[in-house]
Amino acid sequence: MPPWQHSKKDDKAAMTFNHRPGRLQKAPEFFLTREAMTLSRDDRRSFLRKAFLAAGGAAGTLALSKGAVAADGDPAILNLPAHTKGLGQPVAARPYGLPSKHEENLQRRESPGLTRVGAASVSFAPLQGFFGIITPSGLHFERHHQGWWDIDPAQHRFMINGLVKNPKVYTMDDLMRMPSISRMHFIECGANTGMEWGNVAVPTVQYTHGMLSCCEFTGVPLKWLLDDCGADFKKGKFVLAEGADGSSMTRTINMANVLDDVMVAYAMNGEMLRPENGYPLRLVVPGVQGVSWVKYLRRIEVGDMPYAAKDETIHYVDLMPDGQHRQYTSIQEVKSVITSPSGGQVLIDKGFFNITGIAWSGRGKIQKVDVSVDGGKNWKSARLETPILDKCLTRFNIDWTWNGGDAILMSRATDSTGHVQPTMTALRKVRGTKSIYHNNSIQSWLVSANGEVSNVQIG
Amino acid sequence: MYKSVNTRVQRRGATLWTIATLLAIGLTSPVSAQTTAWGKLGRTATPAEIKAWDIDVRPDFAGLPAGSGAVSKGQDVWESRCESCHGTFGESNEVFTPIIGGTTAEDIKTGHVAALRNDSQPQRSTMMKVSQLSVLWDYINRAMPWNQPKSLSTDEVYAVVAYILNMAGVVPNDFVLSDKNIAATQGRLPNRNGTTLAHGMWDVAAKPDVQGSNCMTNCATSVTISSRLPDYARNAHGDIATQNRLIGSVRGADTLRPAAKTFVSPAERKPATAGPAAAAGAKPDPVKLANQHACMACHGVANKVVGPALQDVHKKYSGQPAADVARQLAARIKAGGTGTWGNIPMPPQGHVPDADIQAIAEWIANGKF
Ligand code: HEC
Ligand code: HEC
Repeated sequence: MPPWQHSKKDDKAAMTFNHRPGRLQKAPEFFLTREAMTLSRDDRRSFLRKAFLAAGGAAGTLALSKGAVAADGDPAILNLPAHTKGLGQPVAARPYGLPSKHEENLQRRESPGLTRVGAASVSFAPLQGFFGIITPSGLHFERHHQGWWDIDPAQHRFMINGLVKNPKVYTMDDLMRMPSISRMHFIECGANTGMEWGNVAVPTVQYTHGMLSCCEFTGVPLKWLLDDCGADFKKGKFVLAEGADGSSMTRTINMANVLDDVMVAYAMNGEMLRPENGYPLRLVVPGVQGVSWVKYLRRIEVGDMPYAAKDETIHYVDLMPDGQHRQYTSIQEVKSVITSPSGGQVLIDKGFFNITGIAWSGRGKIQKVDVSVDGGKNWKSARLETPILDKCLTRFNIDWTWNGGDAILMSRATDSTGHVQPTMTALRKVRGTKSIYHNNSIQSWLVSANGEVSNVQIG
Repeated sequence: MYKSVNTRVQRRGATLWTIATLLAIGLTSPVSAQTTAWGKLGRTATPAEIKAWDIDVRPDFAGLPAGSGAVSKGQDVWESRCESCHGTFGESNEVFTPIIGGTTAEDIKTGHVAALRNDSQPQRSTMMKVSQLSVLWDYINRAMPWNQPKSLSTDEVYAVVAYILNMAGVVPNDFVLSDKNIAATQGRLPNRNGTTLAHGMWDVAAKPDVQGSNCMTNCATSVTISSRLPDYARNAHGDIATQNRLIGSVRGADTLRPAAKTFVSPAERKPATAGPAAAAGAKPDPVKLANQHACMACHGVANKVVGPALQDVHKKYSGQPAADVARQLAARIKAGGTGTWGNIPMPPQGHVPDADIQAIAEWIANGKF
């Protein structure tokens, strides 16, 4: 019997919430307060009606749809709604589809006070509401240094020069005529979770981990294009990627990454890239921090030394306790987070919960995710959902029963190289609290007796 | 830019390559791209095209165009093109992170900025961090002024870099920066020795520096919560109820109100979202306003950032009636100023609506953070 299913034996226990772990009751009473349950049938009906009216709107219907129904049944079933009795919208009423209006709470958002101008800022993806591993294109996180553009693809050019025999220029037509590959990869900003190095700073997983997205990208391996230009792979140990926007963002990429899996991508999730994500061309550097995935990509230069660009000299350098900056920190190390229940959420009831989250590593595949509900004293391995891909998000799930007490939920990932996600304490011991970047520590969510989940740090 | 001497080599290389390609096409076995059907896509870049785009300057200054600029000319450029955003002295306290500040004459000797090792500076300025002079030239040339990038002439870039170095005490007032002396000037950068490659996050084969534990049972005897979000920050990110789905196993917490004392069952729960009517009637929330107007970029409630901790402001004036204090603070917030808490000026906040300033001022005056 699946853990959420009703078992006769549990009926009594359900009333006091002391039922066997993992069992949830289907009896409507289960969802009522004790007060409501002691009311007579008629009183109860009017109580419910009042509660429904008081609640009103979406939230009100929720309470009822959970099964708190009058004796004759749920009005949502008994009173056929307009959509059952009327004519719906025609095809192509919205030629480019949109999410349901009931989903509008899930949006990219800025963290107030984090940055001072919108064109050099970041918007965070609402991880708390995502399923599976693919980020919807419209909710992909944004990071712009000098604003975003919607560039005319017919005028966009891509150049390769430097240590190559034949420096070349490609149009979008050229690139899109070539053989293509499609790959799913996560992209994470190096500063993701950066606000949390010293202490808890933000309330929800959107702000702690939302500079993270995962999409299917389509394009051409950079290696093929470098071959096409006759790159000198002996001397050329690095490439510089450069954008076409005002910031002309530059980043150095290791040739080892290029030979492995770097690609020049024009498509994301089955359509062309969104303008906010670099339309019509961006670099995809699997496993490496987002700033290297240069958007509006206009040029690749092959060289024999790293370029010390602004975002590898003044920013995206990790300050260590001894006052030295780690330069060219690029790989996003093994990390995971529980996305629900997570900070700022309230559990709607006691009983069964599916703890769900995501895990990823810039060094390979996710091998294992362990979950603790007691603040790290004990751990259990979660179920990993397929596909489990290289440098890609992996979804994990594990059953849990909330019995109404305090609980601290944590997840800990291990990748295919055997690297285990460290605690905040372990990370601080080596890197201090001022490095801003590359915080891959274990996230803790405190579930309090009032049902509210909050962001906490342990130790 | 790859070393300029290579341009010639490259161009010659291109010719050789074309010949090699022509030869290769006749062969069947090589798995080189040139022999694939699509190898003919794209075309050779012209020297003028490469020149137009290949503007990067490397740490060894390859790619740096010839030119020069004096500190005095740089001051003109700074005042007309940069100061509005970065401040008169590069302190940038109006909007952005500071460019100048936090470096000493001693740092210029050691090449290590001492302030990076202690907490003596509220923010890390560009000058404290920058280890390669090439990047100041490269970045200003490619991206500044922020709203008009690539509008400076080569000599203007030299001049304004010279002026920035002068403001940081790296070069004297009569200094002229040029392609001839820039490498020597690199030797005076305060944080030139401030970077390390001794870490595992660059080379794909390198080892990580912090390994987690594999322990599965009885891994800790006690669990202590060392940090949590303070109550005053409960709604600093808005109403979390409106940032979560309205169905499923969880809802967003209503952060416009204090947390519930006990668990509230679903049937008794108030609607997750406060209606627009309720929101319209509600008093403006000063915490939200202070965040929205970026006050909190410079002020902490309990800690000094660029400006004083708001708790300290409250304490300083707590002997006077709160209403008077609020009125005076509102006027000071609007006008900005310097000297009360040190010599860093607070920029005028005239762009913030009066009602919002008043609400924030009352909040500080009342001290109920
Ligand atoms: C309209 C406002 C504006 C103007 C004018 C402007 N800047 Fe900037 N500057 C910015 C912003 C915003 C950033 C940060 C960009 C980012 O986030 O990548 C910045 C970044 C910088 C940086 C890097 C600092 C760091 O630590 O990130 C330097 C150096 C700089 N500017 C120099 C200049 C110079 C020199 C001029 C004048 C020629 C100038 N700026 C004009 C807004 C401006
Ligand atoms: C760029 C940084 C910066 C910003 C933004 C900023 N402040 Fe300040 N603030 C300061 C500094 C610096 C001081 C100390 C000035 C002094 O010494 O007189 C200060 C002082 C104050 C004081 C104390 C005044 C006194 O007379 O004692 C108050 C109150 C204050 N700020 C409120 C605000 C509010 C409200 C906002 C947003 C609307 C704001 N500040 C935005 C930097 C800032």
